[in-house]
Amino acid sequence: MLEIKNLHARIAEDGTEIIRGLDLTVRAGEVAAIMGPNGSGKSTLSYILSGREDYEVTEGDILYNGESILELDASERAAKGIFLAFQYPVEIPGVATMQFLKVAMNEQRKYRGEDELTTPEFMRRVKEAAAELKIAPEMLRRPLNVGFSGGEKKRAEILQMALLEPKLCVLDETDSGLDIDALKIVADGVNALRSPDRAVVVITHYQRLLDYIVPDTVHVLYKGQVIKSGDKTLAHELEANGYADLIEAAA
Amino acid sequence: MNMQQAIKMTAAETALVDAYTAQIGDLPGDGAVLSLRDTLVHELKTAGLPTRRVEAWHYTDLRTLLRAVPPADPSAFADRVEPIVAGATVLSVRNGEADLKSLPEGITARSYTESLLDGSAVAGLAVLGFDDAIGRINGGLVRGGLEIAVAEGIELEAPLEIQVAQSHGQAHTRFPVSFGPGSKATVIERHLSTNGDASLVSSVTDLTLAEGADVIWIILQQQGAADTHLGQIRFDLGKDAKLHVFVINAGGKLVRQELHGRASGEGSDLTLRGINLLGGESHTDVTFTLSHDVPHTTSSEIIRNVIFDRAKGVFQGKILVAKDAQKTDAKMSCNTLLLSDDADFSAKPELEIFADDVQCGHGATVIDIDHTQLFYLLSRGIPENKARAMLVNAFVAEIVEELEDDEALVEALEGVISAWLEKHA
Repeated sequence: MLEIKNLHARIAEDGTEIIRGLDLTVRAGEVAAIMGPNGSGKSTLSYILSGREDYEVTEGDILYNGESILELDASERAAKGIFLAFQYPVEIPGVATMQFLKVAMNEQRKYRGEDELTTPEFMRRVKEAAAELKIAPEMLRRPLNVGFSGGEKKRAEILQMALLEPKLCVLDETDSGLDIDALKIVADGVNALRSPDRAVVVITHYQRLLDYIVPDTVHVLYKGQVIKSGDKTLAHELEANGYADLIEAAA
Repeated sequence: MNMQQAIKMTAAETALVDAYTAQIGDLPGDGAVLSLRDTLVHELKTAGLPTRRVEAWHYTDLRTLLRAVPPADPSAFADRVEPIVAGATVLSVRNGEADLKSLPEGITARSYTESLLDGSAVAGLAVLGFDDAIGRINGGLVRGGLEIAVAEGIELEAPLEIQVAQSHGQAHTRFPVSFGPGSKATVIERHLSTNGDASLVSSVTDLTLAEGADVIWIILQQQGAADTHLGQIRFDLGKDAKLHVFVINAGGKLVRQELHGRASGEGSDLTLRGINLLGGESHTDVTFTLSHDVPHTTSSEIIRNVIFDRAKGVFQGKILVAKDAQKTDAKMSCNTLLLSDDADFSAKPELEIFADDVQCGHGATVIDIDHTQLFYLLSRGIPENKARAMLVNAFVAEIVEELEDDEALVEALEGVISAWLEKHA
């Protein structure tokens, strides 16, 4: 489903190279964990996948379902089914959460040539998904992410993901700032979306999240490259021994 | 300035004086009113319209900007339109003629023309100062309007809409409105044009709030793209009175909306919110002065500007705190979203404080669309043009939402804003 080939990318503004020859393949149905120390390029990778314009791809390609997505802007990638759950969801005062959800769902449907949702159908879907994630209706009446606690913001991200039904979900440090109860709710939400035709890329610093969202593959990112890949046992090794040995071996 | 020294009149000045001359004998007023009109027009003739050398008009050189004035045409009023909020009581003024049917209980109103004819209007007709060009033009040429009184303790359920619709020509109206003790009301003063022909509109509103009155006053300016709108609102706040003035400029070619008020009763509170939606080659000026005269009064002012194309905007805000007005709390801010390199905004906030125990502050910012917010919306599949429109809308919607107690009103104002943005973005 996702094929990243020899990807090189830099910050557009100052030319700093962050991704330096990254290769990664994620199949449909797979949950892939990307781990790595601070500054290894994990969050940058998530932004590049979702089409943030602050980064420039200088070499290599990203194929999604066999087609390059480098020429698509962020909204087109989203409409084709790529979803990024932000590490720091953005507060937008003045945009009502419900209005935002409705516009996002309907714009994606329009892009794909589907009919817009009727208001009752939209309300029904939101109500159901919100209940699963224990999101109170009051929260949905607030402006987008404004005044949400850290945990509420992350649950709101998963709510968006559930409603938009993406094919490729990229979770950027979704566990950061969550207490254990919130972490379980979020993990349950992600696990509920696991399906044979959907892939999930979990970017995380810690093994903890992977106890709840159990990955099929684990990839270690360092200085913009994947330096080691393995199964879920790799994450446990990293938790026990840290990154130092791996980094040394790769150097 | 030597008032007697004749100046070479501009086309607009000549047209204004001609409009007066042409209507002599027809403009309503008793002896005192007619004599005051004469004085005002004489001042206009000798001193001319204000230029940038007059401090209050520094950013809006009216003499240069007002190029032409259409002739007065008694048939130029437009038909009334549906109220902006369904169920509102509409009071329309057409060519100075007030339409006074079906008033809610507790409200009395009469045509301002009658106040001019019986001379009771004369005190209010005086200018606020020599630089009060709007008061002068309006006082010289005003034909009518409405004098409204809301009785003690009356709480209006539905908003009142004062509607001034103009198609071309000139309209000069006045609205003295008094709110009795403990009364509560929402009033929408709506100026609109029904076609694209240029018109000149001047309108002066004079509000008096008695003890404990609680009023929301909305000035909705939707003039045509070629129109000149000269608006002024004066207000006086009694003890514990609360006034929320909301100005929305969403039209006009040359617009100046002045607000001049006093917090003259202890415990009184003024909230000013302004939204300026500016596009094309328009010039829009909001000028505000507030005098905190007594202790324990509060005010808060937020102006939000969205500017496209080659439009120019101005906000002048001056807060005066008198020597005895201790414990005054006043906060003023002006935020501008500049969406074109050719657009321009000037902000001039001023504080003049003579008391020593007060909390006053002001700030002005100019910003662009927030790129992180834009990316967030794009990443959810919202196309860029739509995402930008949502963010521009959000920038101003935030202050409309403060009126949340009246959902229908919020919806109506948001409708005006999104309709304007759809047309201009």
